[in-house]
Amino acid sequence: MLVELGHFALILAFLITLVQGSLSLVGARRQSDYLIGVGLKAAQIQCLLLTLSFMALVYAFLRSDFSVLLVATNSHINKPLIYKFAGTWGNHEGSMLLWALMLALYGAAFALFSKQIPLGFRARVIGVHGFMSLTFLAFILFTSNPFERLLPAPFEGNGLNPILQDPALAAHPPLLYAGYVGFSITFAFALAAMLYSKIERDWAVWVRRWVLVSWIFLTLGIGLGSFWAYYELGWGGFWFWDPVENASLMPWLAGTALLHSVMATARNGQFMRWTLLLAILTYALSLVGTFLVRSGVLTSVHAFANDPERGIFILLIIVVSVGAALAIYARAMRQELPSVGTNLISRESALMLNNVFLATATSTVFIGTLYPLFVDALGYGKISVGSPYFAAVLTPICVPFFMLLPFGPFLSWQKSLATQFIKPLLVAITLAALSVAVFWQIRPSLGVPVAFALLGAFWLIFGACAAPLARARLFETGWISRLIRLPRPLYAATLAHAGIGVMVLGIIGATAWREEVVVAANAGDRLSIGTYDFVFDGVQTHEGPNYLAERGSLRFLSGARAGDVLYPEKRVYQAERSQTTEAAIDISLMRHVYAALGETLEDGRRVVRVWLHPLVVLIWMGGLMMSLGGLIGLTARRAA
Amino acid sequence: MLRYALPVLLAIILPINAHSLAPGEALDDIELEQRARNLSLEIRCLVCQNQSIDDSDADLAKDLRALVRERLVAGDSDIQIKAMLTDRYGEFVLLRPTFSGHNMALWLAPFIALFIGFFAFLRIIRQSKKNNPSG
Repeated sequence: MLVELGHFALILAFLITLVQGSLSLVGARRQSDYLIGVGLKAAQIQCLLLTLSFMALVYAFLRSDFSVLLVATNSHINKPLIYKFAGTWGNHEGSMLLWALMLALYGAAFALFSKQIPLGFRARVIGVHGFMSLTFLAFILFTSNPFERLLPAPFEGNGLNPILQDPALAAHPPLLYAGYVGFSITFAFALAAMLYSKIERDWAVWVRRWVLVSWIFLTLGIGLGSFWAYYELGWGGFWFWDPVENASLMPWLAGTALLHSVMATARNGQFMRWTLLLAILTYALSLVGTFLVRSGVLTSVHAFANDPERGIFILLIIVVSVGAALAIYARAMRQELPSVGTNLISRESALMLNNVFLATATSTVFIGTLYPLFVDALGYGKISVGSPYFAAVLTPICVPFFMLLPFGPFLSWQKSLATQFIKPLLVAITLAALSVAVFWQIRPSLGVPVAFALLGAFWLIFGACAAPLARARLFETGWISRLIRLPRPLYAATLAHAGIGVMVLGIIGATAWREEVVVAANAGDRLSIGTYDFVFDGVQTHEGPNYLAERGSLRFLSGARAGDVLYPEKRVYQAERSQTTEAAIDISLMRHVYAALGETLEDGRRVVRVWLHPLVVLIWMGGLMMSLGGLIGLTARRAA
Repeated sequence: MLRYALPVLLAIILPINAHSLAPGEALDDIELEQRARNLSLEIRCLVCQNQSIDDSDADLAKDLRALVRERLVAGDSDIQIKAMLTDRYGEFVLLRPTFSGHNMALWLAPFIALFIGFFAFLRIIRQSKKNNPSG
């Protein structure tokens, strides 16, 4: 009964989006406050209805109502409650409903929290947004109905892919979608701005916070996904240049570019054409990402890939919405826009270069991800584009980008003097060189390429910190109180930029200094890696809520950890008929000790693999720093 | 019961996870082994979703790792080994596409994009200097 109510609410929401879209836009044209009011209310009602609909689906999952086809194919009585809950979006239909719910949440949030924006503009945003919801709800209703019944109901469901039964992966899709979908508001803002006969810069002022919110969620979502891959895929890789990962990286890169260019546009209308285009493309890339993941046109390690028919529907949504947006863009660009001059050494030029690098990176990932399809379609056969390609191409793009990055926050708008940054950045590069020297002492076998990579990482970190310290005139009387009162956007930039350096440091540690030991061990055998000695205490079996596990014990023999035990597991999920490896990780800031249990050999010995991943935790700490920087930027009243 | 059932289950149910080397696979010659690892990272495990043979514990990946090491010990160069694998499995086996023919666009496009962006940047700066020579 509740399931039918959920379905009904979904249909009603679909109809409401029609009201929302048409009345808001008509109201904006006729300048009718009444119609606009109805449109804004419709956005909120749509959100309520979809919340209801989503709740109904969650309820069906929690109750294990196998008369619902989706629950029967994706859930199981014995699954722990949290994964019954998270299983709601661990499948195509449910995740699309989550996507639609997010879309509606953003729409309702905009309707509620945009009172400072003129009514006519609000109406245009919410109108465009209504039509965007419409396309997605149509997609769900016509191709991916989550409420389809299965009669007679089976006694047991098929279960959820066990690698998805994990806390990080339960939270990953909602975060990622909150990021992707947030860019729908940005997209609607750009269209709303272009629907006026004359484009004003105001939209860029208003949109800044929405860009930041989406970007923060997307950053967190990608970070969490990478962390999950690290501990769940069994050997400690954190990024695979997999199509599904690339799908989320493209909107992130474009969104990062947008978040910088929108600052200049908000200030005096500079880069108006570019910022509008970027706002359209960022959302387009979010849609392309969904298309790639959902259509199954690309194979991937995260294979939830689906069926081509749905892919074609999503492709249609992309073509129609992005095509319409670009047509409006082309028409709007016929008008004369004010051109504002600038100088080579200025904030504007720094932001431009930032966008050149980020746009190049975005197109690289785009080309690399889609090129195999393209070559195949032309009849040249199948090729692979894997991590060696991305590493080879993105490194020469990142090096100059990161070299220039610390200069940005020093520069003032319009015109800057070199004296503003020369001294502090000389100090920063000196400190960076000293840090590399320290590392060279610790690891004499460092090697020149790694030394340069380290120099780059420390340059990013110290360079980022130099800007606020120089602005506060470090060590001159009263510098602490000046430091505290610096504008928040500067803090935001410092934290986010230093976060990149920290992440690079983590990547260097995890790739250049990784150590690995693979042994076949009997119970009682010893092994060692780095400065650690272990004894393997054999394997026990134990029973989890919905799996059986073999659990190995690996006891630290020496050092501060002596006596601690690592328990790597191999699990078999009977219902789903698949197995997973649960690595055991001993976590500290300087290194992770990462242990995985392998197969049993014919002679009865057990394969045990242990890795040392130095500094790896910095990768995700860097990501957190970026998100935190975004959060601080969110609290600032102005962009810069 | 559990003790006996589990190994059987583990044996018949396909694993999803990646692993890399098994014990005894590595070569004793450190330099040669390093070459083998680097090479393995660039060769796709053909039966996996999107993994190199270095990351995968599929049987095919294991066989290919052994083959790569065998050829290295026999004295083949990296290029010869890649050529042999390409002959056998097609270009699909290479995770780093060749720098030739229909892959030219793939390799050059990013740098073309970078140059276009950079020239656009220089033009904007130069133009604003012309419009406003004093500032």
